[in-house]
Order: sequence, then C-alpha cells, then structure tokens
Amino acid sequence: MAWQRKLLRVDLTAGTCRAEPLNMEWALKYIGQRGLATKYLCEEIDPKVDALSPGNKMIMATGPLTGTMAATGGRYSVITKSPFTGAIACSNSGGFIGAEMKAAGWDMVIFEGKSPKPVYLLLENDNAQLLSAEGLWGKSVWETDDIIHTTHQDPLLRVACVGRSAEEGCLYAGVVNDKHRAAGRSGVGTVMASKNLKAVAIRGTLGVGGVRDFKAFMNAAAVGKKVLKDNAVTGIGLPTMGTQVLMNVINEVGAMPTRNMREVQFEGAAKISAEAMHEPRESDGKPNLVTNAACFGCTIACGRISTIDPQHYTISNKPEYRGASGGLEYEAAWALGCDTGVDDLDALTYANFLCNEDGFDPISFGSTVAAAMELFDIGAITTKDTGGIEMRFGSAEALTKAAELVATGVGFGKDLGLGSKRLTAKYGHPDLSMTVKGQEFPAYDPRGIQGMGLTYATSNRGACHLRSYTVSSEIMGVPVKTDPLSTEGKPELVKAFQDATAAVDSTGLCVFTTFAWTLADIAPQVDAACEGGWTPETMLEAGERIWNLERQFNLDAGLTAADDTLPKRLLKDAAKTGPAKGQVNRLHEMLPQYYEIRGWTADGRPTADTLKRLDV
Amino acid sequence: MLKALQLEPEKCTGCLQCEMACSFENEGVFNPSKSRIKVFNFHDEGRFAPYTCSQCAEAWCMHACPVEAIVINPKTGAKDVLESVCVGCKVCTIACPFGTVNYNADTGKVAKCDLCGGDPACASACPTGAITYVDAEHTGLERMRAHAAQSIPKA
Repeated sequence: MAWQRKLLRVDLTAGTCRAEPLNMEWALKYIGQRGLATKYLCEEIDPKVDALSPGNKMIMATGPLTGTMAATGGRYSVITKSPFTGAIACSNSGGFIGAEMKAAGWDMVIFEGKSPKPVYLLLENDNAQLLSAEGLWGKSVWETDDIIHTTHQDPLLRVACVGRSAEEGCLYAGVVNDKHRAAGRSGVGTVMASKNLKAVAIRGTLGVGGVRDFKAFMNAAAVGKKVLKDNAVTGIGLPTMGTQVLMNVINEVGAMPTRNMREVQFEGAAKISAEAMHEPRESDGKPNLVTNAACFGCTIACGRISTIDPQHYTISNKPEYRGASGGLEYEAAWALGCDTGVDDLDALTYANFLCNEDGFDPISFGSTVAAAMELFDIGAITTKDTGGIEMRFGSAEALTKAAELVATGVGFGKDLGLGSKRLTAKYGHPDLSMTVKGQEFPAYDPRGIQGMGLTYATSNRGACHLRSYTVSSEIMGVPVKTDPLSTEGKPELVKAFQDATAAVDSTGLCVFTTFAWTLADIAPQVDAACEGGWTPETMLEAGERIWNLERQFNLDAGLTAADDTLPKRLLKDAAKTGPAKGQVNRLHEMLPQYYEIRGWTADGRPTADTLKRLDV
Repeated sequence: MLKALQLEPEKCTGCLQCEMACSFENEGVFNPSKSRIKVFNFHDEGRFAPYTCSQCAEAWCMHACPVEAIVINPKTGAKDVLESVCVGCKVCTIACPFGTVNYNADTGKVAKCDLCGGDPACASACPTGAITYVDAEHTGLERMRAHAAQSIPKA
C-alpha cells in the first residue's frame, strides 16, 4: 500500500514529537487525507470545543496517492474545527509540501495543545524537532519561508506557514505552502497560529514506495494522464487559461455574483478575465501572465504565475513586489473583482499577492470587503469606522488598502478580518452577509445555477464550491448537461457530487481532474496503489461515509438544519439581468428531498439506519 | 544514431514527473531527492528549468575518476557509473563543471544520468515535451525550424 503507515503526533504543550502507526483499519474505510483525518479528529476532540483553544487539534494529512506518479498526486489537507464557522474545516492544498511530507516517511501530522512560545516544526525524515520561532513571529509568509531556508541552508526544504493575518486573529487565515499555494478556507491558519505554531518545514529523502502493484499502478496512471491530456478542459482550457477560463463564461450565463450579490453580471468581467491576463500592457509590453505552473505531479498545470505592472500605483514605490508570484485564479479574481466591482487587473493581482504573502483567504476577504462596501453605500458605516477609507464599490484603492490592513491586522483591517457575518452584525445589517454557516460564497450565483444553492446550503464547511461542483454539470455538461435554472434532479446531483468529491479529496489527487476523470478513472489508480479492493462503487460509498461523518461532527458541534440555508437576498431578491433574470434560488424545492435521499430525518440528522448502513 | 536529451525550459511547468520517473527507474520508489534530473524553480522570474548531465564528449568526471568507474556506454554514448567499481571518493562530483554527478549516501556510490540505457524515463514522463530524446547531432533542429519559419514569405 502506498502508505508510510506512520503518523507524527506533535504535542505542542509538552513540546514532544512521537511516531505512531497509522490506523489501517480506518484507512480501509476512509481512504486517507480528508476522510481519514476527519475520522481521527472526530475520535480525538469534543466537537463543542472552542476552536481556538488548546483542546482543538490540527491535522495535516496526505492521501495514499500523494507523492506518487499519479497525475496531480501531490495534495494534502488541513483538518481541524473551524473558528470561522464552528463546523468542521478541511482545506486542501497543492504545491509540494504534501509530497515532501510523504517522502519524509509520514502520512499525517497531528498537532495538539498549544506551545507556550512560538515554535516551528522541522521534519527531516525521522528527525522531528520543535524549534523556536520567536524570530519568525511577526513575519509574513514570504519572509518566513526565506528565513527558514537561509537558517538551515537547505534550498530543498518545503515550508508551510501562517502569515501576520493569522497571528492578528483574522478568522479566515490560511496555511500557505511553497509561498503561494494555500489550505485557504475556513480559518485553518487561524487555528495554527492559536497554537503558537508558525511553520512546518519538511525535507524528505526516503521516497514513496510500497505500491501494491507497481506495474498495474504505472499503467493506470499512464491511462489517466492520457485522459487528462485528451480532454478539452484539462488538456487545453486549464493549462492555457487557468480556472480564469470561467470569468467570461459564468458572466454570460448570468451567475456572476456582483457588488455583494446585488447583481448577477459584472460589466468589467472582460477586463479581469483570463484573456485580459494574456494581453500585453502599455507600460512594459508584458502581459500579466508570465507562465502556467504545476503543483507536484500535475500534468494539467492550471496555476498562474503573474507580475504586476511596475508602474501601477500599488507597487510603483515597492520594488519588492515586482517579481513574479502566484497570480489570479478565478475565485480570487471574482471575489477581489466582481464582488467589489473593481475591474483593475493589477489592483486585483496586488491584493492577491498580499493574500499569499500574509496568508488570508481571497474569497472570504473579497466578499467581506464587498459587504463593507455595501454597508458604506447605505450609510451604515462611514470613513470614521473605516479609518478614512472611502469604501465605495468599484474603488481599487479601497480594495488594496483593505488588503494591506487585513494582512497586518491593523485599524479597520481588524473588523474586516472577522469576515462579513461578524462585520455586518456589528454594524446592524446581518442580512448583508453573503455567507452560509458564516463562510462567504464563491463565484457562482445560485439564482442562475440552482444546484449551487443546495450545494452551498448543505456544504459541511459553509459556502463552498469545492464540496459539490455542480457547475460542471449545469454549465459545462460534465458528466451530463442539466438545466441550471431547474431544480429537477438537483438533490440527486448534489449528493452524487458531494460523495464523489469527498472520495477524491481523500486520495491525494486534485479535484480538478474530475473535469475529465470519473471514479472509474481514479479507482484503478487507488486500487493498484493500495489494498482494499477499491472500485468506483466502494469509493463512492466511502465518500458518502465521509460526508455523513462530517455532518455528524457538525451536528454534535451544535449546528442544526436551520444552518442549511442561504442569505435572504438569494431566496427573495430576483436576478436583475441575464438568462436568470427574475429567478431566485428555490432551495425549498430541493432541501427536503435532499435530506430524504441522504437517509436523514426531516430535520437533517442521519438516521440510525443510515449510520449503520455506512458503518460510520 | 546517437541520441541526446533535449531540455526546453520554456515548456516546463515544474510538475516533477521527470524526477519521479527517474527515481522510480533507478531506485524503485518515487523519490525526487534521488533523481538524476532536477527541475529548478526560479520563483521571482516565474520560470522553471530542468537540468541534467549533457554527456560531455570529453567527460571530466570520467577523466577524473581514479578507479575508472565511469565508462562510455557504446550503445548510448552515455557516461555510465559502474557501481561495482565506484569507491565513492566523490572526485567526479568536484570535477563536473555542471554539478550533475552526485553522491548517494545510501549506496556509498555516485549517481548520474545514464540515459536509462537508451530509453530515458524522464522524457517519457514529461507531459509538456520539455524533455525529449532526439538525434544528438541535431538538438538544435526545432530551434532552427522556428527561425526558418520566420524567414519564409508570409502568405
């Protein structure tokens, strides 16, 4: 089995690190990564625990295919209880550190307790040490990464760390690895900082062996790679345009949440699209996009590497931002752009750089700025509250100033760092928070894509597109085309996507493969790598088991069916333009049926029979 | 016909499939740290570059070796390390101007690219064509073609 069969348990309170055998019985039921770490978390913490207390744990987990030659096999996830939503958090990241952890001989690292002083974990194969991070506290992600490399004189170390936003209590801070890949959502970085854990630096030279059947694995991996190459989305669209290929598409179907979801189409979309990123700019004749880039083992390579116009107001006096770094992905371009009404590509790229540099989620950040702009628009906040910033929709200056303040947690940045739910509640307009379970929406308006309404309402980590991306079916026709304006069949569709995605997220593979792959392409790779006799059916069942386990955690944490809902705006205010004009999201037509096909009670609790059937 | 690895950095995405393929071919595990080809990430420039042994004609490593453990493979032209002869003195790692011969502490020997005996795994694994295995006397053919294309009259 492509496991190391070993986890590292780091007790930050006591300052100890010890190895433990991986629970292989659980691995056979929960696959790995998201599923397996969720099982550990559920067994080891009280779901009611204060997420920022030492009683919470934080798990960095790989899947069985992480570190192997399977295409995209480099993913890892951070699993913990979220301080942002109060629900389970599971944030997935690419880059290189997941594969490095695996190559160092570890499937998982569990952090528990709280260090009395700032520390970082140095993990070199079997040698695990907690070192003082007092010199790193107060440094950005980028500085921390550089300092750790210099200190240990090892350019091959891979580093994951938190930035200043997490230290300052921003509730949607992420864990950033390899400088610009992130376990970005739900405040997993806030939990890490609360434990006084600044960074994890890993060097692995043991490699990943133990594949059950190498020949079958190499064959299955090669077949999978060919499918990715031959598919229009994974073979051409994503490498050429990145996820930003969606900007114009989603705008045209009228599902582009605009100005805090007041509207569903953004007139400036073309100016911040993938196509715009390819256009040479006036100042130096270079386009925003330098190149596409891959995460570990990825044959798609959707990543964007960008530069900011050196003459742009944001960096004309800041030469340190003139180098290339992680550029705009679609969700970030949407949140920083469409949702705030800002159509300045360089301002968005700069804000995105800051999100990476200091480790905060561009989706929640952009949407929170959008909510602040609406509060400003209706007069609920003024420049007295914002520290002088004119928070107007469309203001690039307001956006980039806000990013600078959240990055360092100063002034109005403290308010913005709480997220839109707490921000709008503080200023008396909770209805203006575009969130589910306190987490901001991503870039698909559920009035124009009905299935996404159910997706958001029932997502176990709050509003999220990565729990069941029915856009794939409703807009792109993968695997089958469904009508985005109809609720017919959507409960079944959402359940199928949720279960399959939970399985994929547990393997070490990237969910973007599923534009081309189904579980029929993935199961042979997992099966050749691992014992367990994995088939598409058993993987789907494992996915359903994982989904129910996450749900059970949330219910035990105190969430209820009342949390499976959408903001009033999406249920009451009809879309004003485009193909979805006149539509609201008809969640009420989908939710009861969803509970039923899940085998849950009418108040959204898994029945005893369901838990027994799935052996949760 | 002698063939050579052709590396085209502008096509590289930094995915490391080549490093995994190399380590799997030579070590039997997926282990980039043991790869004989390395991909470098020039972060601030936003560029990636694969790099490995170019199989010098007058190979400095071969001439430096005091025990004649590095020999020319007559089939591929590669400079192969004979593990049974290598004593791990590392002189070749100092002699190589390009840094492409390296010591492996696990085996006590040095390791370098041997073109996998004529079917380099890195080239087969590269998803973007950044690493290809081509006629050693015409590694510039594609670049020549690109420039030639500029010289033809526009339709």
